[in-house]
Amino acid sequence: MTKNEALFNYTLRLGDDSLILGQRLAEWCGHGPILEEDIAITNISLDLIGQATNLLNYAALIENKDRNADNIAFLRLEKEYCNILLVEQLNGDFGDTMMRQFLFDAFRKPLFEMLQFSKDKQLAAIAEKSLKETKYHLKHSSEWIIRLGDGTEESHQRVQNSLTNLWRYTDELFFTDESDTLLGELEIIPDFSKIKEVWSANVTAVFEQATLQIPANNWQFEGGRKGRHSEHMGYLLAELQYMQRAYPNMEW
Amino acid sequence: MKVLNTEELNRKFQEKIDNDIKIEPNDWMPDAYRQTLIRQISQHAHSEIVGMLPEGNWITRAPNLRRKAVLLAKVQDEAGHGLYLYSATETLGADREDTIDDLHSGKAKYSSIFNYPTLSWADMGAIGWLVDGAAIMNQVPLCRCSYGPYARAMVRVCKEESFHQRQGFEIMMKLANGTPEQKDMAQDALNRFWWPALMMFGPSDDDSPNSQQSMKWKIKRFSNDDLRQQFVDATVAQAALIGLTIPDLDLKFDKKSGHYIFGEINWNEFYEVVKGNGPCNKERLDARRKAKENGLWVREAAMAFSAKRAIKKSA
Repeated sequence: MTKNEALFNYTLRLGDDSLILGQRLAEWCGHGPILEEDIAITNISLDLIGQATNLLNYAALIENKDRNADNIAFLRLEKEYCNILLVEQLNGDFGDTMMRQFLFDAFRKPLFEMLQFSKDKQLAAIAEKSLKETKYHLKHSSEWIIRLGDGTEESHQRVQNSLTNLWRYTDELFFTDESDTLLGELEIIPDFSKIKEVWSANVTAVFEQATLQIPANNWQFEGGRKGRHSEHMGYLLAELQYMQRAYPNMEW
Repeated sequence: MKVLNTEELNRKFQEKIDNDIKIEPNDWMPDAYRQTLIRQISQHAHSEIVGMLPEGNWITRAPNLRRKAVLLAKVQDEAGHGLYLYSATETLGADREDTIDDLHSGKAKYSSIFNYPTLSWADMGAIGWLVDGAAIMNQVPLCRCSYGPYARAMVRVCKEESFHQRQGFEIMMKLANGTPEQKDMAQDALNRFWWPALMMFGPSDDDSPNSQQSMKWKIKRFSNDDLRQQFVDATVAQAALIGLTIPDLDLKFDKKSGHYIFGEINWNEFYEVVKGNGPCNKERLDARRKAKENGLWVREAAMAFSAKRAIKKSA
């Protein structure tokens, strides 16, 4: 594997995570529990679509095969998307959405904090820009997890269920393969074990305040990074790709 | 201190209005003025919120990343407008949740245009271009409305709406200059949204019961018909620029007046949609009610949490 291949893989993975979660969050538009959350969720979705655009444009540049961010975002087959399973999970109720978001944000913040010192200038710049947004996302999702966990009996039960259901997708946040090993050696990406330390400390602290229990069953799923997705993914892509598939090769 | 009677208060109030002095929340105002504003501003807020639905319908299907981002930003702006406007009604003593309940019960109205479905990507263009375009015509004069908080909210709202109008026109322009399928899509959207957009200015002046009093209070500055005419004059030229046809066989330019003469509006359709018989009235209200119902446990949790923290703090 060459450095460029590894860098393409890595950039695509980050880009796909942002793209697919941004797409999921957009489904909330107009249906939030309060108006302020309609604003917050569309805003987070917008930030993620912005990150996806930067990352996929960079992936296209590295690949150098005459594709751009849009071709990559809209015209791949399902097995060619390499986002983690967590981000494609259904929105569920507001608690499910906030739990998915929190588990993701708690990973993204330390990732971008470390990635902004990458030896790859472009990745470092994208990380630095994305970090500013991600700090707000994490603040927002942490506060909701604490509020819902330590709110009413019903909200506690609901968000505990969200945690129980989503916990099994969290190991995949730290998925690594030979691409990551190579980029790690070149000091282009940070050490995932260091990110995991920060992530674990943060989620433990927030769950403690929220009076939530990390599930005893630690069975973990993975597959997204390798292009093996859940049943939900096909429907998500059907919507995402609808216009590009129905009206191919047009400018919008 | 001399206590003024209602007649004197009324006279002083009208004097301020005649001298273009803004009325502020703590100033004395006639109850009818207050009620008119609450009705109008909350209807405006509801329109912003219900208006998120037909556009939200296309965010997940936007054709590329840039369009997706722009549409998200636009719909987020609408939510923001709703928030300012609900806050403006609160300065008049209305309760945000009560006004929202009036929307859900069907007592309060919102702009009828959002009861029409968004069937293609071009509808995002048509809504920005025509619906936001018509909204601007209505709203620019409101920046000088006699009620201070409403006027100030409208300054920001209008800036954003004008941006929305341009993005809508840009979508249409791109389609109109695109492939035959894209041009068809754009023309079809214009065909479906043109007449409802003209209806957005409300009934003809002769049939508009609240207009005259609102003019006297400087809540309203121009008549419905004048604003509609202004919109037609501006929009016909824009359609011509991108090669789309206004779906009105009676449309012609009148040299003498310098205005376009346009065909008869189907007021029967307008009143039916206002009454609840538009293609999407039920879907729109159901979606809003469902959002409130599904969010109840979240709002209860937030209240319970904040009460718990307040106790902890005081302990």
